[in-house]
Amino acid sequence: MSSKSQILKSIRRNAPPAAELPPLAGTGIEYPDPTAQFIDVLTAIGGTVVQAENTAAIGQHLETLDVYRDATRVLSTIDGVGKSNVDLDAINDPKELMNLDIAILPGELAVAENGAVWTLPGKLKHRVAYYLAEHLMLVVPADRVVSNMHLAYREIDFTNPQYGTFISGPSKTADIEQSLVIGAQGPRSTVVYLLS
Amino acid sequence: MDHPTNASAFVADEERTHWHDKALWFVRSKRDKAVHSVPEWEELRAAASQVKLHTMSQLDHYLEEFERNATKLGVHVHWAVDGDEHNRIVYSILEKHKVRHVAKSKSMLTEECHLNPYLEAHGIEITDTDLGEWIVQLRGETPSHIVLPAIHIKKEEVGQLFHEKIGTDEGASDPKYLTEASRHALRKKFAQAQAGITGVNFAIAETGGFVVCTNEGNADLGTSLPPVHIACMGIEKIIPRAKDLGVFLRILARSATGQPITTYSTHFHGPMRGGELHVVLLDNGRSKLLGEEKYRRSLNCIRCGACMNTCPVYRRSGGHSYETTVPGPIGSILAPSKDAAEFYTLPFACSLCGSCSDVCPVKIDLHHQLLHWRGDIAQRRILPWRKRMEMKLGSRVLRHTWLFRIAGGVGRWLLPKLPRFLVYNRLNSWGKQREMPPMAKRSFRAMYQDRKRGE
Repeated sequence: MSSKSQILKSIRRNAPPAAELPPLAGTGIEYPDPTAQFIDVLTAIGGTVVQAENTAAIGQHLETLDVYRDATRVLSTIDGVGKSNVDLDAINDPKELMNLDIAILPGELAVAENGAVWTLPGKLKHRVAYYLAEHLMLVVPADRVVSNMHLAYREIDFTNPQYGTFISGPSKTADIEQSLVIGAQGPRSTVVYLLS
Repeated sequence: MDHPTNASAFVADEERTHWHDKALWFVRSKRDKAVHSVPEWEELRAAASQVKLHTMSQLDHYLEEFERNATKLGVHVHWAVDGDEHNRIVYSILEKHKVRHVAKSKSMLTEECHLNPYLEAHGIEITDTDLGEWIVQLRGETPSHIVLPAIHIKKEEVGQLFHEKIGTDEGASDPKYLTEASRHALRKKFAQAQAGITGVNFAIAETGGFVVCTNEGNADLGTSLPPVHIACMGIEKIIPRAKDLGVFLRILARSATGQPITTYSTHFHGPMRGGELHVVLLDNGRSKLLGEEKYRRSLNCIRCGACMNTCPVYRRSGGHSYETTVPGPIGSILAPSKDAAEFYTLPFACSLCGSCSDVCPVKIDLHHQLLHWRGDIAQRRILPWRKRMEMKLGSRVLRHTWLFRIAGGVGRWLLPKLPRFLVYNRLNSWGKQREMPPMAKRSFRAMYQDRKRGE
C-alpha cells in the first residue's frame, strides 16, 4: 500500500464526527478612514507612507531620500517613476540582483488593519526583486485601500491563482533578546506610495 | 526524560530565570495589546476553531482536493507516513538536482523529523536562515520556542558566538550590530543555495496553494533565488478555502508576537518560473491523534506560541526542559500522545491555571487536555511507584471524613514537635524549596462549629 493510501486510510478510520464549515459572511472591523488607519499602522511598524497626486510627486519624494540619491542600482517597473537602470529581462540568474539598491514596484491593494500591501511578485521575471532590494518602494492605487483581511481576500482573484505576498513594512527581526531590529535579510526600509 | 529535574537545573540560575520569564511576559503583553485592538477577536477565535474542526472531520477529502489542485499548478505532492520517509523524500529531490547547499526557513516540522542531521550525514550543507534558528544551529542546539527559537540566549552569548563563527568584534553584543553581521553572512548563504526548504503555515485545499509567514523575508529569499523549493507540512495544516486565510492571518501574528501581521505572508501557487516546487505531506502520528476524542483538538494548533508565552511553568523552566520539538502547554499534550511513558512528567508541568486556553486563538482546551492526560497516565500505571502510592494515600484520606479528621488532628499535634530532619527530607517534595506553613492550633471544622454555636 502506498504511503498516500495508508495515510488516507488511517484518517478515515479515525475521522472525528462531522462539524460544519462556518460561512464567514462577516466583514470584520471597518474604519471610517481606512487610508488614515493604514498610514498609522504602517508607520508604527517601521514603514513610510506617502500620498502622491501623480507619478511626478513620487519622483520628487524619491529625490529627498538619501538611499535613493546614493543608489547605484535601481529597478523600477512603474512607468515614469525613478531612474531605473536594471533590466530584469536581460538578467538570467536572479542572483545577479544581489546588490540591488532600490526596487520601485507595484502593489495591488493596501490593508488598513495591519499595514500590509498585497503584491504580485510572480508577474516579474525575477520575483526576488521584492525581497532582495536594500530598499523597497511600493506604488499602490490610492483607491485600493481596504479595512481588513476579510475584505482584502474578497478582492483577490483565486480562480487563476498566482504567486503573491502581503508585505507589511520592512524586513525585521527580534530574535536577539527581543530587541526589534529593522532590516533583517530583506529590505531595510519600505515606502508605500498611495497614488491618486 | 524528567521535567522536574530539567527545570531544577534551569531555575538554579535565579537571575536568568527571571530574565527569561520577563522576556516572555513582554511578548504576552504585546499580544494582549494587539488582541484588544480587534473588537471581533472572540468571533475570530470561534470561526478559526470551527474551520479547523470542520477540516479535521473531512481531512481526507481536503488533502485529496489540495493534491489535485496543487498538481494542476505543476506542484509535485509527496506523502510521508513518518519522519524517516519525509527525510528520504527530501533527500531524493535534492540528490536529483545535485544540491549541496540548502537555505531553510523556519519549520518546526523539519525539526520534528530531524532533517538537518539527516541531510548533513549525506554531505549536504543546510543553513537555517531565520536569525533565531541560525543562532541555535550555530550553537549546536535546538530551538527552545517555536516562534522565538533563541529566546533563552543572551545577547552577550550571541556576540561571543558570532565572534567565533563569523568574526564579529570581540565583546560586541549590540543586537543591531549582530543582526547586521548575520544579514551579510546569511545573504552569502542565499547566494550559494541551490534549493530552498520551507515549512507551511496554511495550505489551501480549493486552490492548491500554501502560505508561509516570516518577518525576515528569509523564506522568500530562499525560495526565489534557487530554482528548487521543497515545502514540508503536517497534514493538519490544511484549510478549505482561500477566504479562511482572512481569519487565520488576522489571529496568527497577533497571538504570536503582538504584530498585526507578519512582514511577509507569501502565497505560493505553483513553482517559480523555470523552477520546481515540491510539497511533502507528513502524517507522523497525526492521523492517529485524530481518532483520540479527548486530544484531537490539539490538531487545531497553528503554532503561534501564545500558550508558551503565557505559561507560568514554561516561562520559568525554559523550552529545553521539555526535551520536545514543541515545548510548553501544547507540546505537553502532543508529546505524550507519541510516547506517554517517556513524556509522562509533562502534563504535570502545569498549574492548571488555564491561561493557555484563554489565549489560544483556535480555542484548544489545553488545560483540560493536560488534566485528561494526568488521568490517563495514572490509569495506564505509568507514574512511578512513589507517586502512585502518594496519590492512593491522598485519595483515601480525602475520601473518608473520619480518616481526614484523624490525620488533621495528628498532624496539628505532632508536626510542630518533630525534629526538622523528620519533616524536611526526601519524602517531602513540597518542603524541598519552601517552609511548611505553621500548623493551625485548631481545625477549620472546629472553628466553624464554634461560630455556629455562637450565633
